Amino acid sequence: MTAVKNTIDRRSFLKVSALAGGGMMLSFSWLAGCKPTPDEVLALPKEWFELNSYIKIGENGVVTLMSANPEFGSNVKTSMPMILADELDVDWKNVIVQQADFFPERFDRQFTGGSQGIRQGWKPLRTAGATARQMLVNAAAQTWNVPANEITTEAGMLFHKASSKQAGYGEMASIAAKLEVPKDVPVKEIKDFKVIGNSKKNVDGANIVTGKPLFTMDYKQEGMLIAMIVHPPAFGLKVKSVDDASVRTMPGIKDVFVIQTLADDYERNGFDTTTFTELVVVAGTSTWEVLNAKKALRVEWEKITDKNIIVAGRGGTQTVTIPAGLESTISHNAKMAEMNKKPANVLRKDGNPEAAFKKAAKVLERTYTAPFLAHNCMEPVNCFAHVTADKAEIRGPIQAPEFIMQALTARLGMPREKISIKLERMGGGFGQRAYGHHLVEAAVISQKLNAPVKMMYTREDDMTYGIYRPTYTATYRAALDENNNLIAFHVKGGGIPEHPVAANRFPAGAVDNYLAEGWQINSNITIGAFRAPRSNFIGGAEQSFLDELAELADKDPIEFRLELLQRAKDKPVGENNDYDADRYAGVLKLVREKSNWGNQSGNRGVAAYFCHNTYVAEVVDLEIKNNQPIVQKVVAAVDCGIVINPDAAINMGEGGIVDGIGNALYGELTFLDGVPEKNNFHQYRMIRQKEAPKAIEIHFVKNEHDPTGLGEPLFPPVFAAVANALYKVKGKRYYQQPFLKEDISLG
Amino acid sequence: MATINLTVNGKKQSVDIDPATPVLWVLRDHLNLVGTKYGCGMAQCGACTIHLDGKAMRSCVLPVSSVGAQEITTIEGLSEKGDHPVQKAWLEHDVPQCGYCQAGQIMNAAGLLNENPSPSDDQIETAMNGNICRCGTYLRIKAAIKTATQSNS
Repeated sequence: MTAVKNTIDRRSFLKVSALAGGGMMLSFSWLAGCKPTPDEVLALPKEWFELNSYIKIGENGVVTLMSANPEFGSNVKTSMPMILADELDVDWKNVIVQQADFFPERFDRQFTGGSQGIRQGWKPLRTAGATARQMLVNAAAQTWNVPANEITTEAGMLFHKASSKQAGYGEMASIAAKLEVPKDVPVKEIKDFKVIGNSKKNVDGANIVTGKPLFTMDYKQEGMLIAMIVHPPAFGLKVKSVDDASVRTMPGIKDVFVIQTLADDYERNGFDTTTFTELVVVAGTSTWEVLNAKKALRVEWEKITDKNIIVAGRGGTQTVTIPAGLESTISHNAKMAEMNKKPANVLRKDGNPEAAFKKAAKVLERTYTAPFLAHNCMEPVNCFAHVTADKAEIRGPIQAPEFIMQALTARLGMPREKISIKLERMGGGFGQRAYGHHLVEAAVISQKLNAPVKMMYTREDDMTYGIYRPTYTATYRAALDENNNLIAFHVKGGGIPEHPVAANRFPAGAVDNYLAEGWQINSNITIGAFRAPRSNFIGGAEQSFLDELAELADKDPIEFRLELLQRAKDKPVGENNDYDADRYAGVLKLVREKSNWGNQSGNRGVAAYFCHNTYVAEVVDLEIKNNQPIVQKVVAAVDCGIVINPDAAINMGEGGIVDGIGNALYGELTFLDGVPEKNNFHQYRMIRQKEAPKAIEIHFVKNEHDPTGLGEPLFPPVFAAVANALYKVKGKRYYQQPFLKEDISLG
Repeated sequence: MATINLTVNGKKQSVDIDPATPVLWVLRDHLNLVGTKYGCGMAQCGACTIHLDGKAMRSCVLPVSSVGAQEITTIEGLSEKGDHPVQKAWLEHDVPQCGYCQAGQIMNAAGLLNENPSPSDDQIETAMNGNICRCGTYLRIKAAIKTATQSNS
């Protein structure tokens, strides 16, 4: 057994909450189909005994494991409880997984995003599982009057060999629940894992394929009204007046009004958005009636003036100006090109880059660009709220409930203990649902209507509301000496309204002379996290550039990267290089082997990237059919440490790859006079079945590193692997996303 | 407003409603069948796919008045116990990520198999091209349809 060094500050999840009580009865409405094997009928316990925040055991041995993090499709609702089950030492088929409400007093980190669920849940979940197991062992030791260290467990059973005593966990649960919580309980050796590393099906699978109401969009209750919003048609506009006379008399319409979600002087946190804080609301009894009224509503808009808001962030509280103006993509691009010529903020400098460039034998300089992107989650933004004088009940698709509590308490004028949030399954998140503006909107609407309300956006509202992936650009320069050694490397990146440069990432550390700079341009178009923020552009740009640089150096692109990584390992330049050169090289070597690189001709591109704590290398094989690029195969090598749920991990990886190919080829949102030029899927091209790769192979590096996440890391390198493969077909490089904007025909 | 008679999942239903209302909202708001999803409202994403007499249709642009005597099947009525070959194949391949589009994917796939019990890869791709999966589960969707095809024959 290995003792886990406990680095977490709060161990509240190990204590039984007074709010929950010892033996608690639960309603069983959630049970049907929630089991991993739905065709097995489990006898339900009469009573549950809670061992800690995550674990309840019935007197008959059935185990309920709480899934604390919101589920948006990355399968944390299955994979995270698997960690608990393994340490608790129970049979997965006797496990029921239940989604927890937002309950920060009981759960450590109810946040889904940044590919951090598994990574940050690893130690707390192991501790919770192992500690509960120890409490059951201690209960048996006390009951049988034998030393605890002579008791073994297996699959939900306790054994004392010497006395031939045995008992199920259920028989000891009531005693265990009353025992003191032991401290610093050792966790399993990795070799002893039984659940971890063995694929388990999605615990919600049966509910999904039979159409059960799992999403906020599906929620309804007696007396609930439907509300929709009308937001300004352009960034840079606000409500001037509303003509609702004809709409108020339309069938089923209850009310039309304007809400302000956040006051101008409210001090925002980083997750409170600044998009459209004034909205027109139409409320009624049915969706179709409200939709019709929304269309009929006449709103006059006026231009905003420059507005200052206060935002508290990592760097302290600062005043941010939201600029007036109706912005267009053409002027964005012109401004970005201009900024790109000027010196920017130096983010990192090693050696003397300019001197090295002067003595270079060859210099390569290339500029990459990418547009704004909309998240386009399949479930449009929506939220249920029921706000009364003394409490607020909210259900919503939300990745980061904690971050919206400040706005809710401020706007509703209620202390946080009166506000409850149920974490419904999300129909996609991709970063967009980290921003809880919709919770505030629904709550304010419910408060105004004094009724339970489900607020929903149309697809058009969702696509044109903002919180986009920013538009970015980056210019790379590299210098080679006469022996084709890389002697200097310079990246200058910018964007609206943030730059994408991660200064300490590869190839920083592998080059003597290195310079990273960043700049940004303010905007009233709002942005937010989008699957692998910043990496989703800079990873592709960097890896496209390295491919071209390898060619200039007359080296194989994998070998070229491996040489640089060897240099970074043997004699690293500078400090704070944020990657492990061996693990980085490991995925390149694995993908080289698995893709049969070098021995297979064809239109192939390779790329590798490290972000969100996971190393990935990908090889894309591509063909052109009917003037359209079709990816025949993607081979990926991934180092995310221990893989918890292999098949689900592969599913997640496939998703990142497909998403990357789609956005590389088609993803784009442009603006004209502040108006997003696409508002639904007839204009916004999403990757579809015909364009998906014909095959994807994902290989994991086998090691015993603590696990890291997979939601994001497979996404960024695909952009470059596709660009590098396209180069093989076309003989020209692709610098501007989406690549299909440029001529793709074989000609 | 008009009284519209429908057969939904084998059950006769009568709703008093604006006849222009799309079937999607009749199902979701009036008949409490919320498995059929709203995604785009303009027949571009396939999340709202149902069957009309066994044929896959987008319910978000289908006025309820145009249904007539045709039988509506939704994901809730595709099988009694969630054991339609397509549903079983979906579980076998553990297709879903977020799950929101999957009812539409399944209904579209089941509609395809009603018309063509053994579709080729190309036919599967063409038939499924109208259904967006934002999570990118397309490979598993295709694999599951092929598994369902085999269990059909």
